[in-house]
Amino acid sequence: MAAGLGVYVGYPITPSSDMFEYLSEELPKRGGVVFQAEDEIASINALVGASLAGAKAMTATSGPGFSLMMEGIGFAAMVEAPLLVVDVMRAGPSTGIATQVGQGDIFQARWGSHGVYNLVAYAPASAQEAYEYAVRSFNAAYMVRTPVILMTDGALAHTRERVVLRDPGELEVVGRKRPNVPPDQYRPYRPDPEDLVPPMAFYGEGYHPIAESLTHDERGYYKTDDEIHRALVERLVRKVEVNKRRLVASRSYYTEDAEVLFVAIGSVARNLLALVRELRASGVRAGLFRPISLWPFDDESFVAAAARARSIVTVELNQGQIYAMLKGVLWDNRDKVANPTLYNLEMPYPSLPSPDDIMEEIRSRGWRLW
Amino acid sequence: MVMLEQRESHPLDAYLRTDRLPHIWCPGCGIGIALQQFLWAVKELHEEGKIDPNKIVFVTGIGCTGRASGFVKFDSAHTPHGRAIPFAVGVKLANPSLTPVVFSGDGDIASIGGNHAIHAARRNFDMLVIMVNNMTYGLTGGQLAPTTPYSVYSTTTPMGNPERPIDMTRVMYSIGPNLVARMSITHPNIIRETVKKALLMKGFRWIEVLSTCPEIFGRHINMRDPYELYSRLKKVVKFKKVANADEIKYDWDNEITCGVFLERNNPSYMESYLSMYGLKSKLEALSP
Repeated sequence: MAAGLGVYVGYPITPSSDMFEYLSEELPKRGGVVFQAEDEIASINALVGASLAGAKAMTATSGPGFSLMMEGIGFAAMVEAPLLVVDVMRAGPSTGIATQVGQGDIFQARWGSHGVYNLVAYAPASAQEAYEYAVRSFNAAYMVRTPVILMTDGALAHTRERVVLRDPGELEVVGRKRPNVPPDQYRPYRPDPEDLVPPMAFYGEGYHPIAESLTHDERGYYKTDDEIHRALVERLVRKVEVNKRRLVASRSYYTEDAEVLFVAIGSVARNLLALVRELRASGVRAGLFRPISLWPFDDESFVAAAARARSIVTVELNQGQIYAMLKGVLWDNRDKVANPTLYNLEMPYPSLPSPDDIMEEIRSRGWRLW
Repeated sequence: MVMLEQRESHPLDAYLRTDRLPHIWCPGCGIGIALQQFLWAVKELHEEGKIDPNKIVFVTGIGCTGRASGFVKFDSAHTPHGRAIPFAVGVKLANPSLTPVVFSGDGDIASIGGNHAIHAARRNFDMLVIMVNNMTYGLTGGQLAPTTPYSVYSTTTPMGNPERPIDMTRVMYSIGPNLVARMSITHPNIIRETVKKALLMKGFRWIEVLSTCPEIFGRHINMRDPYELYSRLKKVVKFKKVANADEIKYDWDNEITCGVFLERNNPSYMESYLSMYGLKSKLEALSP
C-alpha cells in the first residue's frame, strides 16, 4: 500500500492468505480494490489487465498457485506489464505441506514460463525487509516493465515482529515512464535506447496500445520474422541486464576476512547468521552472504564477499538451487576468487532448521570446512 | 478476371488499423460479419453521442476470432488462450470508466476459458462478451471443439464426435447475468441491434454469434461451398422468445435457437463492490 497498490487479485492459498484477508479490509479504505478470482490463472491474467489499465497490481500465492501463474507471468513479460507476485514458498512438490516452509521455487521464479524472457525476484528475510522490498519490487517492476516476484517463505509469513512503517515520501516510489509523443506516433513496444524500456500508455488515454502475446514489432503487430523475434526476446532479457545496478541487492555479514562463506536466503539466512556468530566466537573466520535480489543476482557483491573464502557453503531447503547458480557465477569470476570449494548443504526439509540443526548437518557430512 | 475496385475509404475505417488489412480470415468465414456488426454498433452509438470508443478495451484470446484484436483501432489485448475474460476483469477493476469487450471464439471461451466465463457471468461482472461460434478449432486446423455437433468428423475424432456439445448460451441462461442472447451471422442486422443494446447495459452481457467456417468445419461436413454452409446455418437458426432453458436448442440437425433470451437490470459486480466498500469516486466514474 505504501507503493500505491491499486488492485489486488487473489485466490486463497496457505500460507499466503493472511495478506489477502488483510488487504480485503484495508485496501478499499485507501481507494484500492480487492477481488477474489476463480483460480490463480484468472488472478495473474487480471493483474496484467489491471496493470495495463493503470493500476499498481499484485497478488500473493504459494507453490501450487505459483505454478498455475506461470502462463500469465510469461504473458506479463511479453506485453511488459509491471506487476507484483508474492510467492510465499511452502514445501512441495505438488500440494506438499501447505503449512510448512520451502525454498524450492527459486528457479521456477526465473524460468517457470516457457520461452525467452527475463524478470526480477527478491527474497527478503524479515518483516521489515518484506515491507521495504514490496515497495522496491513495485519500483523495479515499473523501472524495467516486468513482473516482479517477491519470494518469502512459510516461516517468514507467520513470523510476528516489529516493523517500522515509513512516512509517505521516505521511501522512493517509482511509477511508469509516460509516452513522450502524441498518440498517432506512439509505438507501444518502442524502447528508449538507453534503458531498453518502452514508455507506457495506459488503456483509456487515447494511445490505443495493443497488448500482444504473439511475437510483435514495435507497433504491437504480430510478426513471424526471425529478426523481429530475436530483437524482441533479446530486449526482454537485456533490459533487466542493462538496469542491473539499480535492481540488485544483497547483504554481507563478517565477510571482510571470511574463509568459510555461507550463502542462504530468507528465514534460513537468519538462523545461519546465528551460527556464523557462534563460529566467530569460537575463532572460525565465518561469514554470510545473503542475496536479496535472486534475479538478477548480485554477483559483484558476492565475488567481493567470496574473495578470501576457501569454502563456500550454500544452505537451502531444496536440493541446491543457489548452489547451481553459484557454480556459474564462480566460473565466470574464477580470476577474482581464491579457488574455493563449493559445498551444497541441501536440506529439503519442510521445517526451518535451527543453527544447531545446520551444524549437525555439516558434521554429519564429514566436511572439513575450517 | 475483374479486379476489385480500389476503394479510398470505408465508413468503418476509423475503427480499424487499416495498415494491417487484409485480415487473415478465409473467404466465406463469418467472423468478419460478426466483427463488422460490432463496429457498426460502436460507430452508431458513437455518432449518437452515447459512447466514447476511446473507453473501449477490446480483448481477445487465441484462435481465428482472437485475431480480431490486431485489426481494430481500440485499446486492445490479445491474451493467452482462454484468458480474455480474466484480463477484462482486471481492466475494469483498475479503471471502472473503461468498457471491456471480450470478442473471442468458442474454443477460447467455452473450452479453455470456460471456468472464467461461468464465474464472470455468476458475478454479473461488468463486461460484454461476444463469443463467435464456428463449431471447430479453425486456426489449429480442425480439431474437436466443445461446440462441435455430435458424430461430426474432426481431425481429433476421425470416426466421428462421440461427445455431446455444450450450449454455452443455455449455460449462461441458467446462470442469469444481465443479458443472454444468441445471434447468427446469417442475420447481421440483429447482431448490430443487440450489440448496441448490450453496450449501453451494465453487468455481464453475453452474445453468442453463430458463424460459418466453410474452409474447415464446412469441409468436415461436406459443405465446402460457403453459400451452401451459410444456407444450412440459416435453415437451422430459429429466432424465438423462450420461457425456460429447455426451449433453447443447440441441435445442428434441427434447430439452434436464437434471440434475446434474458434481459435484466440487476446490480453489476462493480456497482455492488464499489458501493459496499465505500469507493464513491470510483462508483461515480463507473460506466457500462
